[in-house]
Formats: sequence, structure tokens, C-alpha cells
Amino acid sequence: MKIGIPKEIHEGEKRVATTPEAAEKIIKMGFEICLESGAGAGADISDEAYKEVGVKIVKSAKTLWDEADIIMKVRPPERHPELAMDEVELLPEGGHLISFIWPAQNEDLMQKLAAKGATVLAMDSVPRISRAQKLDALSSMANIAGYRAVIEAAQHFGRFFTGQITAAGKIPPAKVLVIGAGVAGLAAIGAAKSMGAIVRAFDTRPEVKEQIESMDAEFLMLDFKEEGAGTGGYAKTMSKEFIEAEMALFARQAMEVDIIITTALIPGKPAPELITQGMVKSMKPGSVIVDLAAEQGGNCALTEKDKVVVRHDVTIIGYTNLPSRLANQSSQLYATNLRHFLTELCPEKNGILNVNMDDEVICGATVIKEGKITWPPPPPKISLTPPPQTDAPAYPAVLAQQKKPAIPDAIRPFIPLVIGGLALFGIGSVAPASFMSHFTVFVLACFIGYQVIWNVTPALHTPLMSVTNAISGIIVIGALVQISAPGNLAMILAGLAILIASINIAGGFLVTRRMLEMFRK
Amino acid sequence: MSQSLITMSYLAATILFILSLSGLSHQETARRGNYYGMIGMAIAIIATTLTLNGAVNAYVVLILALLIGGSIGAMAALKVEMTQMPELVAIMHSLVGMAAVLVGYANFMDPGAALSGAEKTIHELEIYIGILIGAVTFSGSVIAFGKLSGKINGKPLLIPLRHWLNLGLLIFVIGLGQVFLEQTESGGGLYPLLIMTFIALIFGVHMVMAIGGADMPVVVSMLNSYSGWAAAATGFMLSNDLLIVTGALVGSSGAILSYIMCRAMNRNFLSVIAGGFGTGTGEAAAVEGDVYPIDAEETAQLLLAAKNIMIIPGYGMAVAQAQHTVNDITKLLREKGKKVRFGIHPVAGRMPGHMNVLLAEAKVPYDIVYEMDEINEDFPNVDVTIVIGANDIVNPSALDDPNSPIAGMPVLECWKGGTTVALKRSMASGYAGVGNPLFVLENTRMLFGDANDTMQAVLKALQG
Repeated sequence: MKIGIPKEIHEGEKRVATTPEAAEKIIKMGFEICLESGAGAGADISDEAYKEVGVKIVKSAKTLWDEADIIMKVRPPERHPELAMDEVELLPEGGHLISFIWPAQNEDLMQKLAAKGATVLAMDSVPRISRAQKLDALSSMANIAGYRAVIEAAQHFGRFFTGQITAAGKIPPAKVLVIGAGVAGLAAIGAAKSMGAIVRAFDTRPEVKEQIESMDAEFLMLDFKEEGAGTGGYAKTMSKEFIEAEMALFARQAMEVDIIITTALIPGKPAPELITQGMVKSMKPGSVIVDLAAEQGGNCALTEKDKVVVRHDVTIIGYTNLPSRLANQSSQLYATNLRHFLTELCPEKNGILNVNMDDEVICGATVIKEGKITWPPPPPKISLTPPPQTDAPAYPAVLAQQKKPAIPDAIRPFIPLVIGGLALFGIGSVAPASFMSHFTVFVLACFIGYQVIWNVTPALHTPLMSVTNAISGIIVIGALVQISAPGNLAMILAGLAILIASINIAGGFLVTRRMLEMFRK
Repeated sequence: MSQSLITMSYLAATILFILSLSGLSHQETARRGNYYGMIGMAIAIIATTLTLNGAVNAYVVLILALLIGGSIGAMAALKVEMTQMPELVAIMHSLVGMAAVLVGYANFMDPGAALSGAEKTIHELEIYIGILIGAVTFSGSVIAFGKLSGKINGKPLLIPLRHWLNLGLLIFVIGLGQVFLEQTESGGGLYPLLIMTFIALIFGVHMVMAIGGADMPVVVSMLNSYSGWAAAATGFMLSNDLLIVTGALVGSSGAILSYIMCRAMNRNFLSVIAGGFGTGTGEAAAVEGDVYPIDAEETAQLLLAAKNIMIIPGYGMAVAQAQHTVNDITKLLREKGKKVRFGIHPVAGRMPGHMNVLLAEAKVPYDIVYEMDEINEDFPNVDVTIVIGANDIVNPSALDDPNSPIAGMPVLECWKGGTTVALKRSMASGYAGVGNPLFVLENTRMLFGDANDTMQAVLKALQG
């Protein structure tokens, strides 16, 4: 099937749905790709780079939409400014569309697409289960947004992030507070940390504490017990008391920190207001707030969507297109997500899409199947839910149940000695002197063997076995002694024994030599 | 040659054997140790041969037997694949057992020895015991050979009431020994001896058949020990101190190796011998969760980004013949200034130290190959661990699931490091038939496919 990649038309959108690297692999899966000329320009990818890997460049958007069986985009379809018609109209009847859709917010669009009889796969509806992580474009984009948020903050912040001691005096490190330790929050923590700032983070889900601490940031504890994890890896709305305690914490922090990055989102609801006007006022002049929830109304009361504003001497950044501000990187990740998605959709690598609704991932992402709206999907099964933490230990104390040994521990080590001693005494009382001398040799040899073998390095245990194989061929001596004995049968038996033992001797020594030759530094 | 001279040469041989074994304490001295062993053996054989005063045809038989046997042994030593070492060792154990049986019979038929009273009784008893141990070693090793080479199913064969059967056989053998001693008073005793040999053979077969594939390293080292005891028993029979000492050395060597192997699997020696591994009654926690697959190119990226890399090979690596590719990758990474080490679990491979030999064969320098105890604490500093064809030896449930059949077994704790890449053909469970939660951990990535093919792909990606 033919995949079409149109140029993004949303204002300020610089991303593109595929990169040459991803395209090359998609073509290997049996697909054809055509790309609208200049689609990669915003992400610094030239048409030539695409051409090199076998992508067909199409001059006009109209021909591209007409030709393609599958359209892969970043943004949801919208009105095309140049063609003066909606992209939905451009989509051929019964065509396939893969892009961000946001079905909950875009009901009109859904209806229009359904009327077209299209099959629509929404990258934002990919279920958040571990198998689907590699095609989770939301996480990819959130990761970039988190990183970029720190960069934006740094640009508007008048000081170093890292602390330094210079000849001209001491520079304190910047203090960064990250609210919400999801993918974006963690990326922000990582970026701020690597620039040298002191990073603190807060999240309503206590289980992210470890992740935050593993990144060397400080987890701000709230002295309040409430489980904040909702379904699908997102947080849920908390109780009033919890929010009050939380706000008090933010108010204290606001006076102290230089930069606040907020990423708190609750799916399907406006973003919670966490930073009030009063808190902004209490911040030091020159501080920066980056509000990653600006799209959903913002976590800060003073955030203005898509704008940078200065209020009470605090810069508040409300960009909603942070991934697009790192267009090459985000195109690359988005293209890889799409490629992984195509691998799921086309398991036979024959270039034909198979929208298999039995597959949990595909079923979750498909919002319209051949003109029928299938959104919302049945709730996903969460496969990796951590078991509820209980106060009881996972398994009852086994030790307590252990039976008391029949023999006290103090006597235990002596038992073998006593038994051994008795056995030796028993042998000594009946055995003749000639036997005893051999027995002495035997016991001493066992001890020497014990001492010597424990010194053998474990790496040479196999050569040890083969060399002991060889020297246990010493049994040939027994056969040699017997061979001169009268009687043909005894001689034949002894001869056979010699033959067998000499296999051991020669084989054992030679294979040991062969092995030891291999051990080289 | 005078008796004293012979005793002296035997003493020399004994010391050379001890030096040969103690040489193995380090790779640098090991080669020299092996030559000591050869010299000792040559001295012993030549000294014994010179004392023979038999007929000429005895010498003909002797030289022929030595030549034929020697060349068969040499052929086997030069041809054997390193993956087949356990088979070779097992079959050699069986040869020692067989030789002990043959020498025992020859000695029994030798009317030359004129002993009387307690000495005679002890001598007959020594023959009896020597043949008994020899026969058990022989048949047990043959079965072990069959299991190792896949000719016999590796699953434990569990006959109902098998412990009682073994006990019954033991009591019968003791009773038969009594009959044998009585009959030898009147010059007979061949039939009890033959019956006992037969029972001992059956006992050996039954014993090894009941032991599962995962316990093979223990069996091989245990049979090594038996072959030593068989030689020592023959020494008692012939009143030959050289045989006694050598047998005792080999016997204790095998016993220690069995002990080490048992400890590495947290298994009781007696329960291994009793057989039936993997039939534990406890309900092990089922492994749930999704795996994160990865491809060769991403693996190469991971390796290039890492500084401290650990490779954990298992027998699966040898099966796929991937060790040479692994060595090429190791070389390349080391050239790029990365710290690459190998972590070897004592039971990786199918006999003690097997994995070290396989790596040595692939020319991996031995100073980057570490034992489990040496590196287990270092895993938190490791960035990337590659697990190749291993399963049970990297199974976290051995430590945290008291119901797991391998609970308590020391394992390589690779999950404490950065990222673990596990190479696997499919999601099947390991030799011990135990599920492995490592594969669904969040910092584990699965690289599916034939170990050698995927390693080749990784190598290519690293070069490119």
C-alpha cells in the first residue's frame, strides 16, 4: 500500500511524520511512501535525503492525498489554508489515517471522518501498556516537552543553573521544582539535573518516589496518606484535604525556588490549578515558571496559552508546541513510533495494513474502523499493576516455624568425628598390619587431595576433571602387574584393562594439554 | 629392578601427580602441571614394566594394548569438540570403572597370591568392593554419557519406591558378599561375584537415570570421584600404594567438585543422588508481565553508550556456537575503551568449569573471565549486561520466591545493573523448567532469535 506524508499545515508546526531512517525501514516492510515536497523542511530534512532512501516526492498536497492509501500525519486534519478545503475532504473514501486525533476533544472531526468511511488510528489513543511502549508517541513527545521546558526556562532565567566557585565569587546553583513526575516531569528533572541545578519534584503518586530519587532529585514528601494512581498510568483527582496540604507545600516551595516546571494533567479534565497568583507574587524576581499544561488551561493561574508573559517579575511560559520547537528530534521519535506501529499493523511485512481488532494495542488505537466509530475502546487490561502494598510481609516468617533440631547445635559438628573415630577403631581392631599401612597412606592421600583441590581455580575445573581422568588411568599399573600372571584368561582380562586404561591416559593428558593451550591472556 | 627402586619410582610418580594437580591452581602453572602428570605416568608404567618377568607374549600383549589404547585416546583427545567435553569425561570415567572391574577379575583368577586368615579375607573383600565400585562407575558413566549426548532422555526416570529398591539392592549385595567370602574358603566364589557385578551395573544405571538434566554437572563430578575410589580399591587389592594415593587424590577431587556444584545449585548432595529434581511440591509464583523486545541495532547502540559491560554466557551460547562472535564483539568493545567482563556461574555449562573452556577456546582472554563470587557485588556499577543462552543462573526468583524450585540457589544478580539484554530463542523456560521473572523486569530487554545470528547482527551494527 502507498503511504502519503503531507506537509503539516498547523501554524508553527515543524514536525514531520517520517524521517529518512524510518522511511527506509517502512519501505522494507513492503510499503511505498510518497512525501509532499518540503514536508521535512521544518525539521531540517531535505527532500533529497528522502529521495535517497526511495521515497517519492510529490509536488502538491492534493495529488498526495489522492494517491495515498494511508495518510500519516502529526496533527489532526484541519482546514488547509492554501487549498481552502478541509483535509478530511482530501482524504479518499475508505482511506486510512494515522495521526494524533484527540477524539474526546474533536467530536466534529470524528463525525466527518466517519462519514468518509475512513479507518482512523489515533496515536494519542494507543493504550498505555508495556507492549505498546515503543509506539507510545505521547510519551515520546512528553519526553521532548520536558527537556525543552528546561531549555526554555534556562533561556528566560538570568543566572547559571549550576553552582560555581569562581575567582569573582560564589554562584549558588538554581533551584528547580518539578510538579508531576510523569514522562515529561522525569525528562525535565534529568535535563535540569544535568545542567547542574538542585532539583526537587512532587507527585501525587508515591510510587514514583524511587524513580525521582534514582535521578538524584529530591522527592518532596507530603505528610498525607492517599493513593494518587488512577488507571492507565495517570494521576487522578485528589481529595480536598490532600489538595490543601499540597498547596501549602507549593506555597512554601514557591518562595524558595527559582524555576517551577508544572506538568500536572488529569485525563479528560482541565488541568488543576496548582500555582496561584499569590504564589507567583511570592516568588523571587527573575524566576521562571514553565507550564506544560497550558493546553488544558494551565497549572498556573496566570499562564497564557502559547505566550510568554511576565507577571509580578516572574516569567511564565505557556508554550504548547514544545515538541515542535525541537522539530528534528521529535520527528525522529514520532517517525520511529509510527514505524513500530506499522510493524504491529503489518506483521507479515507484505505492505498491507491489517487492522486486527483482536489485538489489544491496535484495538485501542483504532478510533474509526471503516466508517464506524469504535472509540472509546473497551478498558485496557493493565498487565503490570503493582500488587497492593500491605503491611504484612510477603511471606510469613519461615524461621519461626522451623522445627527444633533433634540434636543441639553445639554437639552437631562432633557427630561425624565420633562416627569416623568409631569406624576407624572398628577397622583397627580387626584389620591386619599390612592393611593398616595401606590404609594410612590412603587417608593421608585423601587429605592431601582435599588441600590441593581446594586451591584449584574454578576456571580450570574442566581441565582438572580431564587430568584426573588421565591419572586415574594409573589403574594400568594394576593390569600390568596381572599380565604376567599365569593363566590365559587372566592375561586377556589384564590386556583389555591395559588397553582401556591407556585410552584414558593418552586421551586425558592430551585433551588437558589441548584445553590448557587455549587459556591465553 | 629391585623392590626399593620400584617403590622409589612410585613415590616420584605420586609426587609428580600431586604437583600436577596443584599446578592447576593457576592458569600460568597449569601447563607445566600437566607435563608433570605425564612424566609421573611414564615413570610409573616403565618402572612396573621393567619388573615383569613373565613370558614374551605377555610383553607382546602389553605393548599392543598400550599402542592401541594410546592411539584411540589420542584420536579422541584431538577430535573432541569442546562442547562435548562432558561426554568425553563421562566415557573416560566409565573406562576407569571397566578397567577396575577387569583388574579385579584378573586378580581374583590369579592363583599366585597365597594368603591366609584375616589377610585373605580382607583381600577377597577388597576384590569384591573394587569390582562393585568399578561396575557402578562403569554403568553410571555410560548412562551419564548417553544423557549428556542426548542419546537418552534427560528427564529423570522415577521408578516408584526407588529408594526402597536401592536399599534392597544394597542389602542384597552385602548378603551376597557374605556368600562370596564363604565360597572363596573352598576356592569358588565366581558366581556370587558375577551376580554382584550384574547388580552393581543395574544399580549404576538406575542411579543416574533418576537424576535430571539440570543436575548433570553434579553427576559428572560424582562419577569422577567414584572412578578415583575404584582405582583406590584396586590399589588395596593389589597392595599398591601408588594406586591408593592416586585413587584417593582423584576421589577427593571429584568429591570436592560435587560439593562445589551442589553448593552452586543450593542442592543437598544426597538429594541429588536420590534424584528427581524439579518435582518440588511448592507452588512457584507464576511469571506475569510483558517483555520489552529490542533489536540488534538498538543493542549495539546500548553497548556503545555503556562503559561497563558484563556478559553472562550460558550453555545456550555454546549450543548456538556463538562464542566466537561474542569474542569478536568483546574485542571490538575493548578496543573502544570499554570495560568488558564475563561472569561465569559455577553451573553454567554442563560440567564444572565447562564455560571457561568454551570461552578459552574462542580465545577470550582468561583475565576478563570472572567467577560469580568475584563479580556479583559489582553489578550495580555495570551499565549493560548481556545474558546469552542462560536462564536459571540469572533467575531472581531463586532469591526472592521461597517456593521456586531453585530457591536459595546463588545467581548472578544482573538485574541490579543498568540494562540487561537477554538473548533467547523464545520465551521457553530453562533447563530446570522454571519461569524467569528477569525477562519481564523493566530494565530487561529481550533480543529474540538464534544467539549466533543475533550476535552477528550486533557485531555488524557495532562495526557499521
